Amino acid sequence: MSLTIADLKKGETGVITDSSSNDIPLKLLEMGCLPGNVVKLLQLAPFSDPMYLNINDSFLAIRKETATLILIDKINE
Amino acid sequence: MSKQINVALIGNPNTGKTSVFNALTGLNQKVGNYPGITVDKKQGICKLSRGVKAHILDLPGTYSLNASSLDENVVIELLLNKNDKDYPDVAVIVSDVENLKRNLLLFTQIKDLKIPTILVINMSDVMDRKGISLDVAVLEEKLHTKIALVSTRKNTGIKELKALIEQHKTLPKTQCLNASSIDPAYFDRLQKAFPNQDIYKLWLVITQDANFGKISRQELDVSKFKTKSTTELKRLQQKEAIKRYQFINNVLKEGQHIDRSKARDLRSKFDRILIHKVWGYVIFFVILLTIFQAIYDWATFPMDLIDTTFAGLAEWVKNAFPNGGKVTDLVAEGIVSGIGGIVIFIPQIAFLFLFISILEESGYMSRVVFLMDRIMRRFGLSGKSLVPLISGTACAIPAVMATRNIENWKERLITILVTPFTTCSARLPVYLIIIALVIPEGYIFGLSYQALTLMLLYLIGFGMAVFSAYVLDRVMKVNRKTFFVVEMPNYKLPLLKNVLITVFEKTKTFVLEAGKIILAISIILWVLASYGPGEKFNNAEAIIAKEYVDLSNTALEDKIAAYKLEHSYIGIVGKTIEPVIKPLGYDWKIGIGLVASFAAREVFVGTLATIYSVGSATENEGIDTIKTKMSNETYDDGRKVFTFASGISLLLFYAFAMQCMSTLAVVKRETKSWKWPLIQLVGMSTIAYIFALIAFQVLK
Repeated sequence: MSLTIADLKKGETGVITDSSSNDIPLKLLEMGCLPGNVVKLLQLAPFSDPMYLNINDSFLAIRKETATLILIDKINE
Repeated sequence: MSKQINVALIGNPNTGKTSVFNALTGLNQKVGNYPGITVDKKQGICKLSRGVKAHILDLPGTYSLNASSLDENVVIELLLNKNDKDYPDVAVIVSDVENLKRNLLLFTQIKDLKIPTILVINMSDVMDRKGISLDVAVLEEKLHTKIALVSTRKNTGIKELKALIEQHKTLPKTQCLNASSIDPAYFDRLQKAFPNQDIYKLWLVITQDANFGKISRQELDVSKFKTKSTTELKRLQQKEAIKRYQFINNVLKEGQHIDRSKARDLRSKFDRILIHKVWGYVIFFVILLTIFQAIYDWATFPMDLIDTTFAGLAEWVKNAFPNGGKVTDLVAEGIVSGIGGIVIFIPQIAFLFLFISILEESGYMSRVVFLMDRIMRRFGLSGKSLVPLISGTACAIPAVMATRNIENWKERLITILVTPFTTCSARLPVYLIIIALVIPEGYIFGLSYQALTLMLLYLIGFGMAVFSAYVLDRVMKVNRKTFFVVEMPNYKLPLLKNVLITVFEKTKTFVLEAGKIILAISIILWVLASYGPGEKFNNAEAIIAKEYVDLSNTALEDKIAAYKLEHSYIGIVGKTIEPVIKPLGYDWKIGIGLVASFAAREVFVGTLATIYSVGSATENEGIDTIKTKMSNETYDDGRKVFTFASGISLLLFYAFAMQCMSTLAVVKRETKSWKWPLIQLVGMSTIAYIFALIAFQVLK
């Protein structure tokens, strides 16, 4: 079972390994949601959805359903 | 004309592009529409030295040249079409110093189209605070461009930018990325198929067709070229993004230095409170209350002023041209009061836009979207539906226009369809008079019954909006992918200039758009009410005079006016629909009011005033007179017309019915078909009818 952004806990950081799913909006890729870039979970709305992230120095919020499509490796700080 | 330089302002959202536009053009700007679509086209003139002028086009904010919305598509279509009269001599890319990396993605794409480009690095005044230092010379060299460090807040760098625009001919056209490196074999084939075209432009056309549906282009038609599957194209686009970021990272490694230890972090401090699981909602609720207070309390003073002014104006017209006959009447009763009916909403609309633009400029609105998305989604809406629903309490027209930033078509459509259920300010006069009429005075827990009823009506409107959204979500089959990405911009103090310009522009759009329709219908209604067929209408004076011999002159005039209205065209319409509305507890006079309300709901009160012949003669006595007349109104057998049952029935009818031509027209524009406004009209009116029917039959 590989990890996705949805598995991050508040304050945790990961490195994106794959974001090639067809259901990921292109806009997200262009904002830097690309393999090799770092993603940090900043805050969660109630019910853990949407998720407030810092990806590649961009601050953005995405829905959990999208977050589960983006594969990551966790970084232990 | 010959010396005018065409400048296109392009940039990501939230980079302060509009501030740069305002700084360059001042009030020397105008907002129009792109032909055939409803995207705002903002343009202005900027004076440079020696009589040279620049024509500045402020293009919609976009993250890249791959459009996912109509707004973004405008940018690409312009840049791909060299024959467009607005095709830029120079592109000014506005970026935000804190998001330089992401902003440069769009920059490199535009460079690759070989358009001379200037890079504006905005908000340069925060560099020290954020620990950012830039080597401008290195950046200019690596990016093959000229850079202007601008701060619209401190008003610096604009002069330098103007100088760069003037010297646009010296800008290099070097590309940033060799597009062919994305997939050499494929790009090779593409180039061979169109040997005379620029390869990157070809690629954009192809991805554009795949992303956004086919668009007919006279200049360049790639439809015959056998291209790849959507999945493969997407993979290539991802590869393109990766390559661009590689290039950008290499540039920034030399040209930018960030010392995070020096950065002061306001964002997380504010976020901790503003999107807190409890406090976040409390704060949002308080802000909402303030907005309502402003719209319904603070706006009353200017509204009363406008009301009296226009009433006075109409009176003045009548007295100034007493011999004008029908023309005077048309001007006084049709046109002047029609315009008055539009102008009266300006204070509320302006207040609403004032708050919304402050919330948006400050960066708070994205936090609300974040907080509310999950809840709204349950009902088939999006966090982004909230702004339209709140705006709907002033007027549905700007609210429908505010749905444009909802990317998901289904969520946007549902938002558009349900927004008119929220209690707009035009319903207020109707509510007020009927509540005064049928709800008893009295208090429960220190709250008056009448105030509680009004609040209940607001809740009913909002509840129906949410409920029908839920139903529509279940029923509608719209096959488009959901997607939701919200940028969470930095918090910043709104610039007064920007806020005021927004308020002014939006209010102007409202007055002109809605105004046209309201005015036209006011005139039509006036004609229908002022003319009638046959003896009874044309000889009203004689008939009434014969019937009531002993009445005073004023009373006689009132009787005549009422009699005329009954036999005018609109009276005939009222009588015709009487059988349909009788089960709801209405008579033909209320029927006329309902029909007249299609111009704008608040017309109801004025129309009833005329029908109950309190119009011309005793206008100054105001609402109490109308109220008394209405409460004394009886059927032939002595039963009262306005009872608790028929009053509640009317309130519910007005709460749900779609009685606003202007909104229908805007919905048609925004959805580009008559299908949705018609569904709205039929659906909402049916709901209104059923609820009013049940209410009356149960309560009577």
